[in-house]
Amino acid sequence: MTVGNVQAVLTQAFREEWGRVVATLIRVTGDWDLAEECTQDAFALALERWPADGVPNRPGAWLTTTARNRAVDRLRRQAVGAAKLRELAMTLRPDDPGNDETAVGGIPDDRLRLMFTCCHPALSMEAKVALTLRTLAGLSTAEIARAFLVPEATMSRRLVRAKQKIRQAGIPYRVPPAHLLPARVRAVLGVLYLLFNEGYSASAGADLVRRNLCGEALHLARVLVRLMPDEPEAEGLLALILLHDARRETRVDAVGDLVTLEHQDRTGWDRSKIDEGLSVLDRALRRGRPGPYQLQAAVAACHAEARTAADTDWWQIAALYGRLAELVPSPVVELNRGVAVGMAAGPAAGLELVTALEESGALTGYYLLPATRADLLRRLGRRAEAAQAYRRALEEVATDPERRYLLRRLRETTDPAT
Amino acid sequence: MRYMLLICGEEPETSGSEGSADLPGCDGWAAEMARRGVLLGGAGLQPSGTATTVRVRDDEVLIVDGPFAETKDQIGGFALIECADLDEAIEVASSHPAAGRWSVEIRPIWE
Repeated sequence: MTVGNVQAVLTQAFREEWGRVVATLIRVTGDWDLAEECTQDAFALALERWPADGVPNRPGAWLTTTARNRAVDRLRRQAVGAAKLRELAMTLRPDDPGNDETAVGGIPDDRLRLMFTCCHPALSMEAKVALTLRTLAGLSTAEIARAFLVPEATMSRRLVRAKQKIRQAGIPYRVPPAHLLPARVRAVLGVLYLLFNEGYSASAGADLVRRNLCGEALHLARVLVRLMPDEPEAEGLLALILLHDARRETRVDAVGDLVTLEHQDRTGWDRSKIDEGLSVLDRALRRGRPGPYQLQAAVAACHAEARTAADTDWWQIAALYGRLAELVPSPVVELNRGVAVGMAAGPAAGLELVTALEESGALTGYYLLPATRADLLRRLGRRAEAAQAYRRALEEVATDPERRYLLRRLRETTDPAT
Repeated sequence: MRYMLLICGEEPETSGSEGSADLPGCDGWAAEMARRGVLLGGAGLQPSGTATTVRVRDDEVLIVDGPFAETKDQIGGFALIECADLDEAIEVASSHPAAGRWSVEIRPIWE
């Protein structure tokens, strides 16, 4: 096997096995830093050995055993108490890491405990996200810092503090008991959803690590679905990620300008992701326990299944947002319902909902509110009012592609030639 | 693990005997937690108007009338508990009658 092939196998193993090895090492040693260091050592050793000795039949088992042996060595050198070492040895098999046929059988997948611990509600959202990327996805501190646009030292401190809190405050390393599970599952899903959104909203020029957050979220959502096969909301999130990610390449044009769903080149959508997303969503919905992620995925599915923008089933989308608003009342959901109603029943009906929202004051400062109002007014031919609303949206917009989109619309409504 | 529960919240305007010591349900909570073997100790505190704060600087004892920080929220009581982990401490803290009205801060003790 060539060095290049070994590199490819290792890259694959890294994605598949890093989180698994770290998760097991944390369970066995109770020490998060040691777990990360030993996992790193195991991958370094693989890079050294595999080109000469060949890739082991079960790379994951080889890596876990190697990392565990390394942990015992390190603890021995640190003269850790005999009792702790005995305890560690009990969980260790004496197998040669190269001969791994039996080693894998005894190693349970500990990633679920790791996910729940990283996403414990006693940790801040920033800490949850950083821990998840470091321990489960194997991103380096420098990469996480780049992805979230903070200095590396800041991210490093954040990780140290989070691990300190887990240790010192006694956050348990486990899958929560049944009565805590629903809320804790929501917390895990929330972190993965945030990761995906961070990557999805990154502009085309953004750092690759930042854009790759979508890929990390997708990978972790797949792992979660595999580990919690009876959780429809995990499937809902996976479907949501797949269906959105499928459109990613068509969201901005060659010069980095935002392309709205209506104008996206649908032939550029990733068909395999859409098919997978639809089938995962179908499986989830058949369980008869709908939730916010399944409903949002169902909206995305309506778009994915429409051959052209004009074919979109806006009545269905409006109904889905209505259902979503019942489950999780939120002004943003209500705004989306307004957009859908505006498409299904006409701009006047949409404007009615958006006006009610504006009067409630719930979305003050959120640029999509005046932007939506502006679009509805433009479609009603009320150009002066539309222009005014576009100007208001421009005052509140945050990203450049969105600003350019609004400016383009504003020019259209004020240009007498159009 | 041992944790200190700090009952924090806005103090009632009234002075004197009015205060968190009067919070209904505290005794029942304490009895239940003692029965479970969770509660190691605790008490309600008199209002912060009764507090005296002491600092020693250059061997001089500085005495100030009032709590260590003049904030809207003050500590009105505490409980020392022994729990398996933070999840159990959260469960114990959220069952405290004060949690429905004020806040309960959970602080692990240095072991």
